[in-house]
Amino acid sequence: MSKAGLEVLKREVARLERGSSPIASARFSTGVADLDNSLGGGLMRGAMHEVFAASMLDEASAAAFVIGLALRAAPSAPVLWVRQDFVGLELGEIHAPGLAELGLSPERLILVKARDGPGVLRAGEEAARCPPLGAVIIEPWGNPKTLDLVASRRLMLAAGRSGVPVFLLRAGGAPLPGAAATRWSVKAAASVPLEASAPGHPVFEVSLMRDRAGGAGRSWIVEWNRDVRSFSDVGDEGGSSLSGGVVPVSSGGPHPEEHGLRRAG
Amino acid sequence: MLVEKVKGESRIAAVSRNARRAGLAPGLTLADARARIPQLWVEEMDRQADARLLDAVAEDCDRVTPIIVIDAPDGLVLDITGCGHLFGGEAGLRAGLSKRFGRAGLNVRTVIAGAPDTARALARHGRVAIVAPGEEAAAVRGLPIAALGLAHKDQLAISRAGLKTIGALADRPSALFTARFGEEMTGRLARLQGLAPSPLTPRRAVPMLWAEQRFAEPIGRMEDIEATLANLGEEVCRMLLARREGARRMEAGFHRADGAVRRIAVETGRGLRDVRALMRLFRERLDAVADPLDPGFGFDLVRLCVLEGESLAVSQPELDGRALEADEVANLADRLSARFGQERVLRFVARDTHDPARAARSVPVLQEAADAAAWPALSAGEPPLRPPRIFDPPQPVAITLAEVPDGPPRAFHWRRREHRVVAHEGPERIAPEWWREASAEARDYYRVEDADGRRFWLFRVGDYGVEGAPPRWFLHGAFG
Repeated sequence: MSKAGLEVLKREVARLERGSSPIASARFSTGVADLDNSLGGGLMRGAMHEVFAASMLDEASAAAFVIGLALRAAPSAPVLWVRQDFVGLELGEIHAPGLAELGLSPERLILVKARDGPGVLRAGEEAARCPPLGAVIIEPWGNPKTLDLVASRRLMLAAGRSGVPVFLLRAGGAPLPGAAATRWSVKAAASVPLEASAPGHPVFEVSLMRDRAGGAGRSWIVEWNRDVRSFSDVGDEGGSSLSGGVVPVSSGGPHPEEHGLRRAG
Repeated sequence: MLVEKVKGESRIAAVSRNARRAGLAPGLTLADARARIPQLWVEEMDRQADARLLDAVAEDCDRVTPIIVIDAPDGLVLDITGCGHLFGGEAGLRAGLSKRFGRAGLNVRTVIAGAPDTARALARHGRVAIVAPGEEAAAVRGLPIAALGLAHKDQLAISRAGLKTIGALADRPSALFTARFGEEMTGRLARLQGLAPSPLTPRRAVPMLWAEQRFAEPIGRMEDIEATLANLGEEVCRMLLARREGARRMEAGFHRADGAVRRIAVETGRGLRDVRALMRLFRERLDAVADPLDPGFGFDLVRLCVLEGESLAVSQPELDGRALEADEVANLADRLSARFGQERVLRFVARDTHDPARAARSVPVLQEAADAAAWPALSAGEPPLRPPRIFDPPQPVAITLAEVPDGPPRAFHWRRREHRVVAHEGPERIAPEWWREASAEARDYYRVEDADGRRFWLFRVGDYGVEGAPPRWFLHGAFG
């Protein structure tokens, strides 16, 4: 066999191995050490993670949290986002410059618009089987009938085989029995204000509702920093400083200097 | 006999064989005809129905060759170059077609010749069936001048000069006719004799290349159909490889034994030459079409055409992993486009505008579109200044507690809740693009955060303190 042929074969074998074994070791970190530790070293890459908003008004925060996770999992690979049409009407259409502001470069994104729940799941599963993708975000509306235990197991399986993290963003949905590796509830939280009391970087309170590995029940207040593409722990300080126009001494934030440089709004 | 109104008078448009024998001819007025033969059976001419029938016949002829020209109102020109052997030679093809149409109740005259105009003229005016190669000029010699299809007065002028046949014209120097009747006439004469090429405009795009399979026993099972398609796919891919091209647009035609044709088209984002990827695309399409492929009594011809291609280098085994991965993502986009429709698989391109609602444009992944502008540069340390989600149109909000004229509201009502603003930044004034919308007003945008930490993008239209209506507030987007 020629040398080139051998190379192809080697790659193929590597690919098959990647697909068949549960890649327990392949995890990505959120950037928040405490959170990562309680998950056993970060979120599983080849798995499906389900994210809920604590209320309808927190849907944007849930989406931003998912974008953050996708960026943690895949700093440069393409991201595919499947969205049910109704979500756009109800919660707003995806605004590419806003994605860029969160660190997700719009040219990396493929958006698939599906009419109904079954379409969303079908496209999502198809995408979840495509290893070169960095992440797949699936956003159906409400509780589609087709999103049953079988469908969620299939997504989990597809993600496990391809190694692509799948984020099921449950816009307007309620938790149902499912196979997700982790399940989160996201709520907007007060940001660390900038100079002249301008709203700061996105801050969320994320609660781990369920973890197949068993660490559920805790919550964290995390801040997303686009520049370093990482979450960081805000702790309690972020929550208490919302009324002041004072620049906080930022005990938890990893980027205190940047705040000082900021121009006034 | 069929009549139609010409300048307010009912004139005969077409006659049956019997009527012709009785001396009636197109052009005669209905009153004259009635005077001669009172018991005429008269129907209104329906040219649209004729055109529909001709189109149906053309569709059926598609099984012979994909290159078909409609010769209105009642003719078809089929380019059968290289098709004869499939039907037992040209004579076999001609006999087969005549028999097929005879069964359908159509009376047709078929002529095979080396040039389209020769065949067309002979079918309408001659008695020959098949013209041997090179014999075109001889074959048309006996035809009447009418075969040239000239305007009536030119035709009259030629026959007045005593010239009755094409042969008589061909024997005289063409310069004579050019001087009298113009280039057009000599051009027609040359094309008729097969001496000059005839431009053809087929009714459907001529495929770049195609492969087809015929069945003596029509096939109907889905597995058979897919297997056939896969075989044809392999053949097409071999041809593409030889041309170093990949397919961009393809079409599979399924010809039912009763003449109906069903076509399934797929498009790809870049040249494709991989049978497996190709078959997956067709399978997606077949799954997605609302009415499934109805085989009826079965398909007796399946043809796979490449309508459009692009050059595609012969792939090297040492193609690096990155290119392979990009290929896989492109394949995925193709499949999703085939299933959900091109307009539903999108990517974003930046647009050069300061109007936030127009700053990004979504285009089908399969469609080529360059970014009109670069995405705005982000400065380090800034929080997101644009929300990842915007409402279209912006949603009006009620102000429950107004603040100073230049600031944002201290509280507003949106989605059944009051939001108390605890932090804000702004205004960022965005002037309307007056060249696009004359009546638009400038907007003052604010980023605000409410007491629960929710961040919104609000804007105000109009100013305080100005005569007239108070300013109005809208919520344009939600930050995370």
